[in-house]
Amino acid sequence: MSKKLFTYNHDRSLFPEKGQDGKPNIDLSSHKFMKIWHGPQHPGITGNMSLELTLQGDEVMDCETHVGYLHRGFEKLMERRKYIQCFPIVCRVAVPEPDFNEYCFASAMEELAGIQIPENAVWLRNLVLEMSRLQSYLMWIGGQAGSLGQGIIGQWSLYCRDLVLDRFEELTGGRIYHMYIIPGGVRGNLPDGFLKRMEETLQIIESFMKDIKKVMFNNAVFKKRTVEMGVIEKDWIYKYGITGPNARATGIAKDVRKDYPYLKYPDLDFEPVTSEYSDIYNRADVRRRDLLLSIDLIRQILAKIPLKGDIRAKTPNVLHWKVPSGETYSRAECTRGEYGYYLVSDGSEYPRRVNVRGPSYTHAVALLEDMIINENIADVAGLMVSLHTYPPEIER
Amino acid sequence: MGKINDILSPFTAWKHVVNKPVTIKDPVSRIAADRYRGFHKNDLEKCIGCSTCESICQNAAIDMVPVEGIETKHGDSGLRPRIDYGRCCWCALCVDICTTNSLSMSNEYIWIDEDPEVFRFVPGAEKKSWDTRQAGWQKPSDNYELYDPQRVKMGELSPEIRHDSFVEIVQGFSKEQAIAEADRCVECGICTATCPSHMGIPEYIKAIRNDNLDQGLKILYETNPLPEICGRICTHKCETVCSVGHHGEPLSIRWLKRYIADQNPADKYKEILNRGNIDDKGKKIAIIGAGPSGLSAAYYLSLMGYSCTIFEKLPQAGGMMRYGIPEYRLPYDQLDKDINYILSLGVDIKYNATVGKDITLEQLHNDYDAVYTGTGLHSGRSTRIPGTEHKNVYQAVDLLRDVSLGKEIPVSEKIVVIGGGNVAMDITRTIARLQKQKYGKVQVIATSLESEEEMPADREEIVEAREEMAIIEPGWGPVEIIIENDKITGLKVNKCLSVFDEERRFNPKFDKENQKIFPADMVIESIGQGADLSYITESFKENLEMDQRGRIIVDKHFQTSLKWFFAGGDIIQGPDVITGIANGHKAAIGIDKFINRNS
Repeated sequence: MSKKLFTYNHDRSLFPEKGQDGKPNIDLSSHKFMKIWHGPQHPGITGNMSLELTLQGDEVMDCETHVGYLHRGFEKLMERRKYIQCFPIVCRVAVPEPDFNEYCFASAMEELAGIQIPENAVWLRNLVLEMSRLQSYLMWIGGQAGSLGQGIIGQWSLYCRDLVLDRFEELTGGRIYHMYIIPGGVRGNLPDGFLKRMEETLQIIESFMKDIKKVMFNNAVFKKRTVEMGVIEKDWIYKYGITGPNARATGIAKDVRKDYPYLKYPDLDFEPVTSEYSDIYNRADVRRRDLLLSIDLIRQILAKIPLKGDIRAKTPNVLHWKVPSGETYSRAECTRGEYGYYLVSDGSEYPRRVNVRGPSYTHAVALLEDMIINENIADVAGLMVSLHTYPPEIER
Repeated sequence: MGKINDILSPFTAWKHVVNKPVTIKDPVSRIAADRYRGFHKNDLEKCIGCSTCESICQNAAIDMVPVEGIETKHGDSGLRPRIDYGRCCWCALCVDICTTNSLSMSNEYIWIDEDPEVFRFVPGAEKKSWDTRQAGWQKPSDNYELYDPQRVKMGELSPEIRHDSFVEIVQGFSKEQAIAEADRCVECGICTATCPSHMGIPEYIKAIRNDNLDQGLKILYETNPLPEICGRICTHKCETVCSVGHHGEPLSIRWLKRYIADQNPADKYKEILNRGNIDDKGKKIAIIGAGPSGLSAAYYLSLMGYSCTIFEKLPQAGGMMRYGIPEYRLPYDQLDKDINYILSLGVDIKYNATVGKDITLEQLHNDYDAVYTGTGLHSGRSTRIPGTEHKNVYQAVDLLRDVSLGKEIPVSEKIVVIGGGNVAMDITRTIARLQKQKYGKVQVIATSLESEEEMPADREEIVEAREEMAIIEPGWGPVEIIIENDKITGLKVNKCLSVFDEERRFNPKFDKENQKIFPADMVIESIGQGADLSYITESFKENLEMDQRGRIIVDKHFQTSLKWFFAGGDIIQGPDVITGIANGHKAAIGIDKFINRNS
């Protein structure tokens, strides 16, 4: 029936020639290849990192990721700071989603110190983590659409995110770095009228999400560029250590909130969002549905949260808080997957070792380097954003 | 169908073309939330410059600096936080930990200036537009504490158990209690600045936290050779200025000191405080009086290699600590523990040796290279109201001394004590115990000129005296002791309206209409003590500078105008133990300088 106006037959098995190890023989002096740097100054890169791409024509032959533009040495800094002094800096590890750092650090410390935080503080932590997921997804969705040329989605979603940040501001005193989940509890109760304003915010977001579904997901161009693109195979999940929506889109319901329940998640009614096939489109859709799930969870939390009560447990004097020696790993489900803090204490006032397990490292370095081969240069940005990575957390 | 839908659906975005743009937020006119963490504010009057904000700041954004117009007051370092906004991370931990709640944040976050230097300033000292704003981050109030503002409760004998015995009331901390109490310290050091001896208080509290009591004892002995004693009866000026006490209860610094001393057995002292071999300087120092200042001078002088001889009028060492303070506050065995350690360093002590009687000051001057006197205030002052010459009117210090000497003191059924200081409380509570033992009931009234708020006695002394059934009647001035048939029947008093005049001079005013008689058959006066300096003969007095009130004038090393003669303790400053110890320590340094200069 259909008659193609243009036909383009490419048999990529012919070139470049493969060496004995099965990898392509890349000889730059042959002038058949071109090296370009994708990032760090590129709107399609999700932060301060870059991809060193070797192209043949418009096809990626080889990719090497470069990180280090944002290395601040937080893990080492923490070894030279008292525990309470680590609290203001952990949020800076992952800029767009800081609360998971605060939660994982605080809960690891509390576990070693054997501190039970008040019920009210548990609910408030849970609320803040879900709000954080919501705003992180809103930021991602703008990036995903933008990387494939749809500017308007980012304007809508960042407006919605701003509204969430307003709620963060009135609850925690900060918009980006909330510094709210302090070891021992949280730093404030819900302000008056918070529930009403939060509900208004959620309704605005829901209304925009409907538009976003129509404009972004029910969109022939978006589908053309994302369906069957950047596929993650099921057996890669354990090979690379893939977590979060990237894994759930393959049909494996990996979710820390269910697998290792924490805070009040056992009291909340939800099922992890999954899909059957992890291409860019399905991953995006899993994230969109996960965003809506976050809205639902925030409503569930606000319906159950006690509106007053203690916000902080009694702890030793923070100026010389000695955490009993031991080691622990504390994890939570952030928007990108499993976020964790491995904390070792030698019984002194300073943490002996803090290691941040962020999902971005596996997704943006190991996985991306392999996935991107033989893709088109125009799809690199969209593919990278579809893995939802935050370079600050790769480098710490 | 799906495909057509996918082509048409994106055009629904056009419905927003009539809406206002969503990205309209204007950061300049926007007002931040009530809790926003913006630029700092500081109430400079409330702030005591404790530097806890500086300690907690993870990025060294806060420096404590002197500020023009702020004087270094009692319990105030005189410094104020200066914040460097190039380093501040806006975490507001400084606000949360502020011991006085003086520091807060405004919700202002925009400030534009070309000069980078202005972004480092002292909040409160430099006026800013946001200083008067109410909104901004405050310390969360709902039971949110970064350190425990409440004291660990000290175990004490209940009034029913203690009221007829001289067993020590305060039982001391257990290890867990001491560590929990030591944990509350914020290490500001205002206590060190206030303590007359400048003891390393945060350091020894840290030693308790680290359970390193050897280290703790070493720190104590650097500035105070009587820790068991001070750990019990020190006037704890440190606790009155403790920064934790501004919002909560001050640390029990005194009990913590006692804990270190109590936990180290006497026979370990030499090993722990090992000072190595001390070279004998071949110089001799005479010390008059084995009270706190004399013992302190002897300790530090002997560490410097001087051979010291103490001349003590009474049969045992300790001065007022032994002969003025009742055993239920300071048990004799603990007193002996401190004194014996000092004597074990080779300090010679001559008991029952009264200078001026058994040996003259001139002899001391001739036989020794320097003389230090710390003879204290052992002569009770009288109110000189009619009736004080009666034989049943006693001085509190005399009775307290007799109790310590093991003599039986006269105790009648109804006794009135005149005075509101700690000595008055000591005699009142001693009498209450003796009455309980003798008569099975307590009938002692302590009356003071000062109102209850102004009474110089420690608060806990007043409370505990009442628990022991003594009656405290503040605000009455004694008029006369009523004597009928050569027997005391009572003390007539006038209501006292005020003790000091507007210039804070002693000038009591009475309401003569409002009179009362406290029934008594014995009266004890405890309105203060004087010094007996009769051992300083006229030939010395000629060259000894004294002030109008007859006090010896000394320099910062407690050296008098007679260069070989040093004086300290209650006769110079105080009166209290820790000031005496500090005087003795400084005088020891002064004596060392004096001898080095002369030799």
